[in-house]
Amino acid sequence: MHRIAASSVDWKAIRADFPILREQAHGHPLIYFDSAATSQKPRIVIEALRNFYEHENANVHRGLHTLSSRATEAYEKSRKRVAEYIGAASADEIVFTRGTTESINLVAQAWGGKFIREGDVILLTEMEHHSNLVPWQLLAERTGARLRFVPVRDNGTLDLDQLPSLLKSDVKLFAFTHISNSLGTINPVAQLCEKAHAVGALSLVDAAQSAGHLPMDVRVLGCDFLAFSGHKMCGPTGIGVLYGRADILDSMPPYHGGGEMIVSVALEKSAFKKAPHRFEAGTPSIAGAIGLAAAIDYIEQIGRAAIFEHDSQLARYAADRLTELAGTRVFGPKEERGALVGFVMDAAHPHDLTTFADQYGLAMRGGHHCNQPLMRRFGVSGTTRASFYFYNTVEEIDRMIEILHAAVRFFS
Amino acid sequence: MTTEIEELYQEVILDHSRRPRNFGELADAAVRVHGDNPACGDEIHLDVKFDTSGALEDIKFTGHGCAISQASASLMTMKLKGKSRAEVVEMLCAFHDLVTEETSEAPKTLGDLRVMKGVRKFPQRVKCAMLAWRAVEQALEQGAGEATVSTEPA
Repeated sequence: MHRIAASSVDWKAIRADFPILREQAHGHPLIYFDSAATSQKPRIVIEALRNFYEHENANVHRGLHTLSSRATEAYEKSRKRVAEYIGAASADEIVFTRGTTESINLVAQAWGGKFIREGDVILLTEMEHHSNLVPWQLLAERTGARLRFVPVRDNGTLDLDQLPSLLKSDVKLFAFTHISNSLGTINPVAQLCEKAHAVGALSLVDAAQSAGHLPMDVRVLGCDFLAFSGHKMCGPTGIGVLYGRADILDSMPPYHGGGEMIVSVALEKSAFKKAPHRFEAGTPSIAGAIGLAAAIDYIEQIGRAAIFEHDSQLARYAADRLTELAGTRVFGPKEERGALVGFVMDAAHPHDLTTFADQYGLAMRGGHHCNQPLMRRFGVSGTTRASFYFYNTVEEIDRMIEILHAAVRFFS
Repeated sequence: MTTEIEELYQEVILDHSRRPRNFGELADAAVRVHGDNPACGDEIHLDVKFDTSGALEDIKFTGHGCAISQASASLMTMKLKGKSRAEVVEMLCAFHDLVTEETSEAPKTLGDLRVMKGVRKFPQRVKCAMLAWRAVEQALEQGAGEATVSTEPA
């Protein structure tokens, strides 16, 4: 297996673990630069799903038969695996959801519904994905709470000089992204959580772009909530995680009602299970949780520090090469960035560019990336985004640059 | 052999996207429609003036967006100037078929607009091509004043 020191990881062998990377698109070898939207899956994760359905499939926490025990055991083992992966104190702090979006909506509805009052402030940033913006807008509409935003500097970092005037005692929650999905900015999570706590606010971290990309420990970060998706870190779609500090989860009412989350039900009233099961009404994504645990095992075998080193080198290399292209504007911080680079070219609109690139087998994303306010902040309607993971190579970036040169010739 | 990409971005389309015709505002427009394609960020502002018979006496647009949306608007304004309402509606239907139906023969009445045929191979780009047409459809319905139209129904 790939248990090797960071610098000597056999990335080529790792790439071979992903069957889909042998696909062709329009007669060209696929170059998959859209991992920030969803990552590809290694064979071992696909096999874990298959193995579950072939040998363990049953519903969890209810049947008394052999298969149900196997499924329940595998599902709860996955919860433990997630807890270890992010440094949670206990598996009870891990709620399985459908993804980051549902995790944040859960907090906005269950926690926000109970604790947020008229006049309270939710502090966000200008770089939030719509999934960490719209749930708070809905909460504000329901409760009369207000939203406040940390501005973004021209270089793509948060303007933390503004923080003292924004993060005051009326702030009840500071919710922000770990890594911006369109700028690649890596925010100083531990510092921001500490500042939130200093004014008595809780913190929520959107870790959608970071959970599979760099080492993280929720107790070192000091966050109260952390949300991420399985499918952006080699896992299946339909499974995500909400980490919540135990005492906070226990203080929250249920999110959805239904089976699986109750202790007893009478016609007029029910008693609910403790967290995390209180928040998991209905049959969960059992195979999804098991697939996520397999993805975590796989990522841990490579090592998150090595992955981060590899991906941020790729992203910096891509940003440097793009900067050399005439008429190209690259967004985000120059020094340190997550595994992606957003850019616009004078020669072509992002949609024309991505359509053109696709004809050469290059999969990128063009558009607003669910970041409309941020796009407006930078005066563009959208960007083209190339996003990377550990299976991508420098050669693929060189090929991207060639294709972009061809696009400039074609559209100019 | 022409590739699908060359079929989509024919020289006429690239030319119209670089140098759009009828680009500007009509000071005496009867109706102005703001069309937007939220998925892409394409925007069209269409000004229309009708003659006494209700035909499109003059039509101009401003806006920004991808080559397909801008070229489609430019080609459309050239084609629709002087056309009666009935002709506009007929052309709208024919154009929609042109960019969506795999089997449709491109009717000769569409003239230059037939260069947009390549869009049918790119379903995600149909909204770009249709944006200006959605705006003109709204202009006919509205008749006067200002209106907005989106490719994503709210």
